[in-house]
Amino acid sequence: MGERPDNYRYTQSHEWVAPAEDGTARIGITDHAQSSLGDLVFVELPEVGTSFNAGEQVAVVESVKAASDIYAPVAGEIASVNETLEDAPEQVNEDPFGEGWLFELKLESEEATESLLDAAAYKEVADADD
Amino acid sequence: MPKHTPLHDEHVSLGAKLVDFAGWEMPINYSSQIGEHNAVREHAGIFDVSHMTVVDIRGAQSRDFLRRVLANDVAKIDADGKALYTCMLNAHGGVVDDLIVYHVAGNWYRAVVNAATTDKDLAWLHSQARDFDVNVERRDELAIVAAQGPAARELVREHLGAALAERAMALKPFEVAADGDWSVGRTGYTGEDGFEIVLPGNMAVGFWRGMIRSGATPVGLGARDTLRLEAGLNLYGQDMDEDHSPLVANLGWTVAFEPEERAFVGRNALEMARQRGIETKLVGVLLEGRGILRTGASVRAAGDDAVAEPSADNAPGELTSGSYAPTLERSIGFARVPVDWDYARVEVGVRGKWQPARVVATTFVRKGKIKVALD
Repeated sequence: MGERPDNYRYTQSHEWVAPAEDGTARIGITDHAQSSLGDLVFVELPEVGTSFNAGEQVAVVESVKAASDIYAPVAGEIASVNETLEDAPEQVNEDPFGEGWLFELKLESEEATESLLDAAAYKEVADADD
Repeated sequence: MPKHTPLHDEHVSLGAKLVDFAGWEMPINYSSQIGEHNAVREHAGIFDVSHMTVVDIRGAQSRDFLRRVLANDVAKIDADGKALYTCMLNAHGGVVDDLIVYHVAGNWYRAVVNAATTDKDLAWLHSQARDFDVNVERRDELAIVAAQGPAARELVREHLGAALAERAMALKPFEVAADGDWSVGRTGYTGEDGFEIVLPGNMAVGFWRGMIRSGATPVGLGARDTLRLEAGLNLYGQDMDEDHSPLVANLGWTVAFEPEERAFVGRNALEMARQRGIETKLVGVLLEGRGILRTGASVRAAGDDAVAEPSADNAPGELTSGSYAPTLERSIGFARVPVDWDYARVEVGVRGKWQPARVVATTFVRKGKIKVALD
């Protein structure tokens, strides 16, 4: 369902990861994930400077129906968070791969994202979910 | 196999997200749940509630039977064309179900009961009917569509037969008009004006499509829940059930203790409970802290450190319903708390932390207007 930018990486738990040149990566949830959750009404973001291991819970997105944990796709330190979501969580629904990004991680290693799913592999995950 | 209403194919073609609801495959939303919610507050929404069951009660003693089996008194609707909200109690004063009973005409009454409780309700009604000259009949061949919102009545007018339309437009709140197998009640579950329309299942698709053509928004059960919560209307199984009587569920007003000689099922238990003293009450709460209130969350008095963990089983209060409220753009809920609490503020467990909440009346929104102070 929906778009999946080819240059992004993905997780089984429906986060996307967009590595940048400067050793950071921007992270959000996929179009498939926002569509499954429905209207988002609250986003709880981590504090800048906190470090996480891959797979650790970092943030929470809540829809009218339910809360959903967001996990760190790779290890790293929070470099920045998308503060506009505090007042406008619906940005995640409207533009999940763009304005609806959640946070940026300073990666522990540049290769960390290579083991994540590519767009084609994630499509299979998302399709199996439907 | 899940059960389907006559409108199932319509839901599929509208792209609804379908979920299991008491064995029925029903639409939770069609597109944005908040958009559907707002459409009802601002214009008109249409809901398929055919998973609920129409029960016709007829016979020489139908009035006597209902005065026995319902906690509210159908003597209040002796005139044809009146409706009444009531609980149906068991002998212990617990709520078997809540329902609206319509006095269609003469000794013909029509009740609409909840989907999850239909089989239990019918078994209960039949067992209670033995001593009465009455016929209790479920009408599974009928569909139910609710049209709600400030524009709902005008839209409905176009899609009823001329004779029924004229009578429907003259109805006051909680009145009903019937024509053959059609009945139109000016009732609802959203806090807005509108109708609940019972019609033959094979006519449901035409009516549904006509309403959408006229501008009504199809609304799923997700928005139905946020609408009823904002309107301060109880949900069976959450805000009251067989273990929680109307007296602890903010529904004391629906129990008719007068006249004293009316021996309704559950009366003795409720009178004894009143003598012993009611222990809990249901209040509204408006979240001031961060996050979203969820059904089942713990509630404590503000700063009551004796109840340390928000997940503690020994918390003195509990949210029976909680959600995000689109009209208020805040999170709200109903809290079951000790009856002697007169706090203006409490704390509610939100994802492992206590968050401050204000105690308010349970009617948060009425006819599109916000009824609680937000700041």
